[in-house]
Formats: sequence, C-alpha cells, structure tokens
Amino acid sequence: MNVMNRLLCGAALGLAVSVSSFGAWAETPANMLVIAHRIDDITTLDPAESFEFAGSDVSRNVYGRLVYLDPADLSAGYKPDLAESWEVSEDGMTITFTMREGVKFHSGNPVRAEDAAFSLQRAVILNKTPAFILTQFGFTPENVAETIKAEGNKLIITTDKKYATSFVLNCLTATIGGIVDMELVMANEVDGDMGNTWLKTNSAGSGPYTLGSWKPNESVTLVSNPDYYGGAPAMERVIVRHVIESASQRLLLERGDIDIARNLNPEDIAGVMEMDGLKVEDELKGRLMYIALNGNHPVLSKPEVRQAFKYLIDYEGMQNSFLKGQYTIHQNFLPATYLGASDENPFSLNIEKAKALLAEAGVEGLEIEAGVREAQERIEIAQSLQNTLAQAGIKLNITVGTAKQILGRFRARDLDVYLGAWGPDYPDPQTNAGTFAYNPDNSDAANATGLLAWRTAWNPGDLTEKTAAAVTETDRDTRIKMYQDIQAEFRETSPFAIMFQQIEQSALQENVMNFSTGQAVTSAAYWQVTK
Amino acid sequence: MSAQDMSNGRRPGRAPLSHALWPLLKTTLRTLGSVAVTLLGLLFVTFIIARVMPIDPVLAIVGERASQSTYDAVYHQLGLDKPLIVQFFYYLWDVLHLDFGTSLLTAHPVSQDIARVFPATLELATLGITIGILFGVPLGVLAAVRKGSWIDQIARVVALIGYSMPIFWLGLMGLLVFYGVLGWVGGPGRVGIFYADVVPPVTGMILLDSLIDGNLEVFRDAFSHIILPASLLGYYSLAYISRMTRSFMLEQLSAEYVTTARVKGMSEWHVIWRHAFRNIRVQLITVIALSYAGLLEGSVLTEIIFSWPGIGSYITTALLSADMSAVLGGTVVVGLIFILLNIFSDLLYKIFDPRAK
Repeated sequence: MNVMNRLLCGAALGLAVSVSSFGAWAETPANMLVIAHRIDDITTLDPAESFEFAGSDVSRNVYGRLVYLDPADLSAGYKPDLAESWEVSEDGMTITFTMREGVKFHSGNPVRAEDAAFSLQRAVILNKTPAFILTQFGFTPENVAETIKAEGNKLIITTDKKYATSFVLNCLTATIGGIVDMELVMANEVDGDMGNTWLKTNSAGSGPYTLGSWKPNESVTLVSNPDYYGGAPAMERVIVRHVIESASQRLLLERGDIDIARNLNPEDIAGVMEMDGLKVEDELKGRLMYIALNGNHPVLSKPEVRQAFKYLIDYEGMQNSFLKGQYTIHQNFLPATYLGASDENPFSLNIEKAKALLAEAGVEGLEIEAGVREAQERIEIAQSLQNTLAQAGIKLNITVGTAKQILGRFRARDLDVYLGAWGPDYPDPQTNAGTFAYNPDNSDAANATGLLAWRTAWNPGDLTEKTAAAVTETDRDTRIKMYQDIQAEFRETSPFAIMFQQIEQSALQENVMNFSTGQAVTSAAYWQVTK
Repeated sequence: MSAQDMSNGRRPGRAPLSHALWPLLKTTLRTLGSVAVTLLGLLFVTFIIARVMPIDPVLAIVGERASQSTYDAVYHQLGLDKPLIVQFFYYLWDVLHLDFGTSLLTAHPVSQDIARVFPATLELATLGITIGILFGVPLGVLAAVRKGSWIDQIARVVALIGYSMPIFWLGLMGLLVFYGVLGWVGGPGRVGIFYADVVPPVTGMILLDSLIDGNLEVFRDAFSHIILPASLLGYYSLAYISRMTRSFMLEQLSAEYVTTARVKGMSEWHVIWRHAFRNIRVQLITVIALSYAGLLEGSVLTEIIFSWPGIGSYITTALLSADMSAVLGGTVVVGLIFILLNIFSDLLYKIFDPRAK
C-alpha cells in the first residue's frame, strides 16, 4: 500500500468514525414541546393585524383576552379570562367587564382596564384586515373613545344596536381581542403607527407564553410565563419548527426529535399509526369545501337544477378515497363544533333523482365552466364532479388557475360554477351565516364582493332578514334554533352545495397529552400540554 | 531621452502613472458598465414578469374576503394604478437606494430577509461545491486517464445517477438511511433545537460563527446537519464536474505535446497534472463557476426536504404567496451572484491563461 492509499484509507476511516458519533437526541426534554408545522403563513404577530392560522396559534398562547375558549372544554364556549365577569345593560347594547385583579403583562406592567380599552380601540383605529370583527358592532375610529372606554377597573363597550351577547363575546375570543400592554406598545410607536411595526415581530401580552423569537420560515420559540395567572405552563419552552415536507416531519417524529407533527399526508399518517410510541389525533377544523352555482346563469339559477347538482356529488366516494382522513362529509355552512351547527347531511349521489330534476327543469345538453384554484384536492373534487355530472348529461369544463385568475372571476360573478374553500373568521355562527346566507342588495352596483351570496349572484330572500335577526337574539338556545332553521332552508334552496369539512390529523409522541389544535373555533393551545 | 521627457523631469524608461493606470481604469469602467447594464436589464425583465404573472399582490394583502373598496384602496396604495413604466422607475429608484421594499410574508425589509437567508445558502452551496470539486475533478481525470477501464465505467454510472436521479427522492432516501435508520447525521434544519441561537451570528453561517465563537459542540452539531444536504448537492455537482473534466482531459491527453512529454520520459503524474491538467484549468473554472452559481441560486427542493432556510425556498415561498417585493429582491440578488461569479471567472482566466490578458 503506497502512502497515498494509506492516507485515503485513514481519512475515510476518520470521517466514518467522526460522522457516526453525531447522534440525534432520542427524545425532547420533558419540559419542552417541539412541533413541526408549516408556519410560512405568519406575516405579522400584531393581534390587531394577525389573521393567519400559524400567527393565530402564537397569539392565542401569548395574549390574554377578555374572554377565551378553554382548550380543555371548547364546547362550553367563552369563559372569563382577563375579564373576571361582565354585565349586560337592559337595552343589550352595553357590556361592562370587570377586570381580573393582580394580572401582569410579561413586562411586569399590571393589566388594567385602560390596556383593554386601548387594545380594542387600537384595533379599530388601525383598521387592518381583521378589524371588521370589531367594526361590525358599530365601532369606528371616530367613536371608539366613547364606545370603548375604561372606568376604574371596568371596561365598558357600547355597540351601535342590540346584539346577541354571545355574538359579541365570541368575537372577543378571536385573535383581534388580544389585550396588549399599552405602555410598552406606545413606547415603541413610530410615526403614529400605535406600535404596529414593532408588534409585527415582538409581543406585549400577558398570556401563558412570551415570544422568544420568530424567525420567518424557520421557527417560532415561546417561553413560559412563570407569573401567568392561571399557573405556569408545564412546557417551559415551545419550539415550532417550519418543516414543509411531510416525510421530513414524519422522520423527525419517528426519531424523537419532535413531539408533534402537524402536516402529515394520509400516507404518512397511516405509517405513523402503525408505529409504537406514536399516536394520531383528529380534530374537526373550520374549513369547508363547497361549490357555488352562478345565479345569473339562466339554467343554473333554476331551483330544480340547484337541487340536481346536490344529488350529483359523490360525497362518499370522495370522502373514502382521495379525501380520506382529511375531510368529512358536511352539508351545512356552519362547521361542526360551532354554535348552531347542524349535522343534517341529506344529500348523497343519486343520478336518477338528479336526472328527474333536470328533466323537470327542461334542461338538456348543458355545458358549463367550473373555476378551480390550483390545489390538488380541489382539482380532484372537480374531476369527480365532472364525472358524475357527465352521467346526468352535463358537460363540465374545468378551468384551473391561480387565486388572481379564479377568485377574480368569482368576485366578478363571471364563473358558472366556483369550487372553493371557506374558513370562518371568528368563533360565532354569524361569521359564515353573514356571508353565505346574507345579501341585502344583489344588484351588480352593490359590488358586495365580500359576501359569498353576492358573488354567487343569489338573493337569499327572507334568509337575509333571518340572519340579521339571529345576531340580535340574546337567548342562546333560541339563537341555536334560528341558525339550524336558516341552514335547513339554505340547504334546500341555495345555489351552494357545501360538501366537506376539514379534519386536521396531528401525529404525536404517545406521552404528549392534552394538545389541542383548537378545532374549528380557535387556534392551537400549548399551556395545558403535559408530557 | 527626448527633450520632452527631460522637460517633464521624469526619469527615463518609466511610463507616466496615468498611462499605467489607464488600462486598469478602462477595464474597471467597462466591467462596471457591463454590470450596470446587465443589472438594469435583469431588473426590467424581472419586474415585467412579476407584473404580468397571474398573481394578485393586492389579494395577498387584503385577503379574499375583502370588500371592493378595501381592495381598490390597497391597489392604489401599492401604486398598481400607475402606468407600468412609472411603476418600474419607482421600483428602480428604491433599488438604487438598496430598498427592495418590505416582505408581505415576514414583515421585514426584503434586504434584511436576504441577509438572513443568503448565508444559509452560501454555507450549504460552498460546502456542496467543495465536495463536488474534491471528488469530481480527480474522478474525471482518473476516468480520462483510464479511459474504457472499470474506473471509467464506474465514473460514468456515478455521473449518470447524479444526472438522472430526482434530487427530491435522493434527499429523502438520504434522510431515511443516514438520519432515520443509522442516526449518523442530524435531521432537517440547520442545527439541533438545543443549539439554536447559542452562538452569536457574525457571518450568518453557523459553521463559521461557531468557530469564531470557539464553540465546537455547536460546530459538530451544525456539521452533522449540513453534511447530508451538502453531500447531496456535492454529488450533483460532482456528476457534472467529473464528466466535463473527463471530456477536457481526453482532448488534452490526445494532443501532441502530451505524447512528446511522454517520449521525453516524464513521469505519468507529471504529464497528467503538470501539463494536461494545467491546460484545462480555464475551462474547468467556467464549469465550476456555473455549478456554484446554480447552487447559490438556491436548490429549492433540497432546502424544502432539509428544512434549510435558504434563498431558494425564500423566493419560492414568496412567489407562491404573491409576495412580489421578496421575489424581485431575491431574483436581483441571484442575478447579481451570477454576474459576480462571471467577473470572478474572468479574473481567474487572466491569472491562469496569459493569453486572456
């Protein structure tokens, strides 16, 4: 063996030994929660502006609110958080919150009624994307000083008319209801932005966690707040790592480098289910998959044709094949787990019945266009629809495009059929009822592009009034009944065929307990997690 | 000595300083001019492509539920209602002030984002190309020298696999075997969770920063995370570099001067490395520079599989989210890298090939 060969062999051996010594950790520490998740949708951490899923997860754990949804009992609805109690005036327009005593922000500043008033006023004045959640109660930048005010330990909010108390309080559990530390935020104000620029990447909350760091498209680190009024969380540090690829998330989970993988595809979920030491948990999320038929179309606007379409969807076939584990059949505009949700799913694939309905409407040789955004599951649903419609003699041409192309046309009422997805904005039934079943002016001039009913060129008739009435009903049970009635009528008469509700499947180490992604109503919570 | 020289008081035989500097100045000016024109062209083309793409930056900001008035307000605020050429000049003005705008996705200035993600790519690409050169060049030379032998056949197969195997598949297989099964290397990410933010960022490259900080534990962990993706990229570079090296070498080895050298009794080592290889250096520089530029551009799939927060995945995520400021900023940086590597190659030509002077 010559010198060169000896050198090469030695180098190779050395490399092998040194590389093999790089061992991965067998498991994460007992007081640390490591999650793999897609977090590239975080654009801001300011609760007055944040409106994305991953950002809401951060906000829910960092900011206290007046009222909150308990991850251990989501079905119970809102519970007191920074507000210890509240009273509603006789006219139903004023709610007076009594603030919890002795709670401090992460900065050490006390949480006061002034901070709560400032936070809500600030959200209205900044008027960022989610501001409508508050401004729908009549708050404007001009009147917030009067309509949202602090008096001693009380926060008093006055709405422009009487609303269901549950509606107002449900909205206050949303991200925009996060209470910020006024002193800290205003100390970081630049050019009158009320600290918006600073709060995009920093935190000023009083929740169970404080923001350690946010590295865009890389990680979010939360550090426990030992002074949290509800008790210090068991997980002292939560690290959410941005891992896009499902297979990579699975490998990290199997190697014990993470505790939770939140974006596994059905194949990887199936693989994880077979492994010892790992488990899979399902939670229903708020996202709905639906098709909308254009009310301006001479044929699609006929009631029989709308009905026929609802019998021409292979709900079960899709649920049990390419949507397996990811979506479940749901035919109502309120997602399951929402107040007033209905579990009635009366439609199933029935070609003969659909043909009879089409014949009744005098439809023959119909050819229409469906717009679909370029997402795999939506394209597959469109293809399934194309197949079943063809069996009833309807030719469906599928146009696939970007949001700009497809959504732009839907907003302009230009598509025959739109296949889309919709997620609720806040945990109250009005969030979906107010867009699916409410359209006070269906004229083109109204240009109410924010309303799905308008985009579909559909006049919901008395449903608009019923929806408006439901938001003012103060009795919870009556309100539930109202939404169920609205949905029953909506199912039969509307040009919308709601098809599926999303399921989120998380894969976890077996020792991780009490993790909640927030179901359909809220975001992920970490403070109750134990290992 | 002429009378004029005498009158200028200069010493005979030495050219005036301005005469000596002039060619250098001319070359520098020409290079800078060329860079400026190329960059301007790049900016223009990228800007136009970004504007005609079926992506709606307004929708990305306001969300799909926004009312028409909100949509119109943001449309106006972004200046999209102005003529395209006016928009371009506004953009150009900002870029000249090193202002690429603010990313919608990260809420940070794009320049700040690039300063964060580019070192990650630079670190990965540099290690990758180093591996590619260290193994690719000797393999190519060996394959040429032993043309038709089993070594040549192996080199061909190695290169063929490198060319044809999808990087996505190879990356996942690598992770599965070396991380998932054997546990030899670290998993996805630049560093283990225990070492994140342990060393202060100086260069943004964790290997270097940990050395600067003298923290060998972090260095070892970072190395265990980078070695697999870097080897993967190195393998793809190796495939290209080795085939090109083989081809260049075969051309040289069949030249008459090589035969003459052998006839003169020179050792084979001397003939191959001192004569034939010396003559392919210029061509090889181009090949390596192009490979390196390709890696620096960001290997998106590798970055996705290994959760590597580099410029490739940054631009891709931005593109998919209609974050056009980030897309434009990233593209300009990538273009700049290509230009700089070209200039660097030209300089190396002049060093290695006197004719290029």
